[in-house]
Parts: sequence; structure tokens; C-alpha cells
Amino acid sequence: MNAFLMNLLVLIIAAVAAMAWLGINALVWVYCERKFAGHIQRRPGPFEVGPHGVLQPLIDGLKLMGKQLLTPDNADAVLYWLAPLLSMLPVLLLFLPIPYGPVLTGMDVNLGLLLILAFSSFNGLAVILAGWASNNKWGVLGAARAVSQTVAYEIPLLLTVLAISFMTGTLSLTEITAMQEGYIWNWFIFRNPFTFLSFFVFIIAMFGETNRAPFDLAEAESELTAGFHTEYSSMGFGLFFMAEYGYMVVMCSVCSVLFLGGYHGPIPGIDGWWWMLVKTYALLSLMVWARWTYPRVRFDQLLNINWKWLLPLATFNLLAIALIVKL
Amino acid sequence: MGKFKEKVIQPILDSWSLIVGLKITGKYFFKPLITVHYPRQVIDDENLETYGGHVELIGKPKDPATPKCISCMMCVTNCPSKCLTVVKSKPPKLTAAEEEAMKAAEEAGEKVVKPKAPKNPAKFLYDYTLCSLCGTCIDNCPAKSLKFSNNIYWVATSRKEMKIDLLARLKEQATELSAPAPKTEAAPAAAEKEA
Repeated sequence: MNAFLMNLLVLIIAAVAAMAWLGINALVWVYCERKFAGHIQRRPGPFEVGPHGVLQPLIDGLKLMGKQLLTPDNADAVLYWLAPLLSMLPVLLLFLPIPYGPVLTGMDVNLGLLLILAFSSFNGLAVILAGWASNNKWGVLGAARAVSQTVAYEIPLLLTVLAISFMTGTLSLTEITAMQEGYIWNWFIFRNPFTFLSFFVFIIAMFGETNRAPFDLAEAESELTAGFHTEYSSMGFGLFFMAEYGYMVVMCSVCSVLFLGGYHGPIPGIDGWWWMLVKTYALLSLMVWARWTYPRVRFDQLLNINWKWLLPLATFNLLAIALIVKL
Repeated sequence: MGKFKEKVIQPILDSWSLIVGLKITGKYFFKPLITVHYPRQVIDDENLETYGGHVELIGKPKDPATPKCISCMMCVTNCPSKCLTVVKSKPPKLTAAEEEAMKAAEEAGEKVVKPKAPKNPAKFLYDYTLCSLCGTCIDNCPAKSLKFSNNIYWVATSRKEMKIDLLARLKEQATELSAPAPKTEAAPAAAEKEA
């Protein structure tokens, strides 16, 4: 009984910490993204609120919260408001199995990877509910596109993850991290050429999975006015927005756990949560950098990249890694 | 084999352009900013010289309050957006005494020179709301009396304020010594908040 209470306490602390972590990350990365964009385009970015505009996301958040919640006429109100919650809540769960450090693991489950993949698919459901319940044709179109995109990009993502779990023989993120201890060449990205390839497949699929540019067709504002969240006002939109950043952080964390050694440093003896942070944030910066570099792809191009390139590559990769493991 | 190269090898090689793109944006990321935080900073006069703001008149070198303009209407004829209005001056009205004197002289068979209209325009109005700043008026002015101003900080709250009397403006500029661009109080640049 005592052990159960202990576990429960840890879990509650982890959930609260995950919430705070998600909130902080969303704020920080909204700001960073706007600053990055500004500097790439050689303008200052947010500048008015606080020194160098650091309080801008906070103020924007307050503004979002202060706005009126509107439900469109003839919309399915229950589903309509369920969608942003459904988008947001699983993100909190996703942070639990990620090992941020030797002790900083919310919930050390054997099926951590499976849990993350399963619950991250909730976003697709949330998006289609949002689009469909909005009673808005752009919403429906955006949702349809988002779903065909997330479903498509989930497959190569799963295949690359499967390749790693073939190599390690486990789905526990803690164990996968433990296997990459030691020098930098122990990281899975450098293990063999096929893991190197799967890293790239994972990165590209990650962009598609999190609806990030150049694959942000679900919310293509030029064609769909806004996409699935056209009708959402105030925090309804805010939750989708936060969830997007939450998924980005989760995906980047998973990527650094799977391929970049998690909390292990490049040489033994200097491990710690800061490595995890550095790797995750480096990947997040890459996502932001890519967003302000590449133009948005067309929808047929998006699906072609996935079905004609990523999927065969990921399959080939999986078979090759299976062969290596067998040998 | 040709098809394989075209469909498979070439796209992989072309992917290098993604790296090139990242390199370019990465380079720009570290370059210094070129925008100015407007209410706190303003552009120095040297850079303002190249700015092409609204059209304005150039005064005569010796008499800066009167324009070089000869009311030939070339600017008005050539303006594609019809934003200029030039009214020619009328000859000065003669007083009754002068008129009589002239009549007398005419009857006496003398050669009478009627007073000519001055070349300077009576009115030179400009509607900035219509102007597209194409510079056709400036190019076509035979007297070289028009130029772009470098009045960059000009904002107005109504359309009426955008209709300016260029003659009055020239006079104003002539009275001020170096004629600096009038700095109207502008709202803080809202564009900066957009990122």
C-alpha cells in the first residue's frame, strides 16, 4: 500500500511538472520562433513588451484568455469544445515516460514508446473533431487534409521507431537511453548507416506528424483561411496552439532519446538532464529554422514525399536493421 | 537506367538544395538587423536623401519661395493617376486708370503691350491619396521644378490632410532655413509586433 501511495505521489508530481514544463516550453518556443523568424528576415521580432519582447507570449496568452469563447451557429457544441481538450490533454501524458535524466523520469513504463506513439495519434482525432464540429467548410477541408497527413506520416515514423526497438529489443525509453551510455559513437544515430538513415526519416516524419512547415498543410492559411481551427476563438485556439508546441517538444525529446543518447553526454561521466535539454532544443531550433527556410509544399507533393520516398526508405531501413540484428 | 537516374538519383542529389536553403537562412540569422525601432530610433538624414516620398516643388535658386514651375501643364498631362492640379496665373487686372490710358494710347496708334500672365502657377495642388509615386511628372518637367520629397514620417488621420498645396509647402520650406521634413507624430510602428 505504501509503495502504491509513493507511486501515486510521484505520478501526480510528474503530471504537474509535465503541465508546467509544457506551459513554459510553449511560451518560450512561441517567443523563440518569432525571434528566429525575425532575425532570419532581419527584423527585430517582438520588441515592445518587456526587454526585447520577452513578455510578449505571456501577454498574448493573457489576451487569448480574456477573449470571449464563441461557438458557431449549428455547431456540435460538445464535440466542438471536446476537440481542443482532446488535443491538449494527451500531451501531458506524453511527457511522463520520457527520461529527462536518471531520476527525472515521470513514469518508467516498459511500453513508453508505444504509449507515446499511441497517445500522440490523439491529435489526429482532435483535429478531425475540431474541423468537423465547426460547421465550416474550411474547417472540414483542413481536418481532412490533416488526417490524411498525420495518418500517412505516422507509418514511416512507426517503422523507424520499430527499427530502433528491433535493435534494442525493448520499448522502454529508459532502457533505450541506458543502452547509449558511453562515448558519442554509442548513440544510435552513429551505430550503423541504417540508423543514420532512420534518423533522417524520423526527422522528416516528425515534421509531417507535428503539422510543422513545410508540411503545415492542415493549417494552410493561404488556402484554408486557417484550417481546422478557423472557427476557434480565444483559448480554444490557444489550446491547439499549445498542443502543437507540446507535440513538437515531445517529438524532439523522443528523437533525442532514440537517436541522440537522451541524457547521456558525448563522453562518459558528464551525463545529466542538461544534455537532454540541449539535444531537444537543438532539434526544436532545427524545426523552427526549417519552417522559416522552406516554402510550404503542395498537398500532392506532401503525400508523394511520404508514400513514394519515406515509406519505402523506412521499410528498407527496417529490413536492413533486422538483417543486421540477426547477423 | 535513364529513368532510374531521373526519378531516383536526381531527387536525392537535389535534396542538397535543402541544405543550401538552411545555410542561406542561417547566414541571415546572424546578420545585423536592418530595421529601425521607429519611435526610439529614426533613420539618419543621409539615408533619407534616397527616399522617394510625395512630389514637391523646387524653388528658384535666388527666390526659393517661388517655384521654377512655368505652368506648362506637362506634369498634369502626363500624370497617370491625375493627382496634380495646376491652375495657371491670370494676367494682372488693370485698374480703371491704366485701362483708360491704354485705350488712349491704342487710339493714338501707339503699340500697346498688354500685361502678360506670370509663368508661375496660381495654384499647385497635389492629392497624395491618388499618387502612385511613379515619377512621371518629375521626368517630364521641362523646368526641373518637381522632385520627390524625403518626407518619410508623414501620416494623416483623414484623406483631406493628404491633399496638399505644394505652393504653400514651398513657401513654408523657404522660410525655414534648411527645410527639414516635418516630423508628424506617428503612432508606434504596429508592424513590429507582427512576427
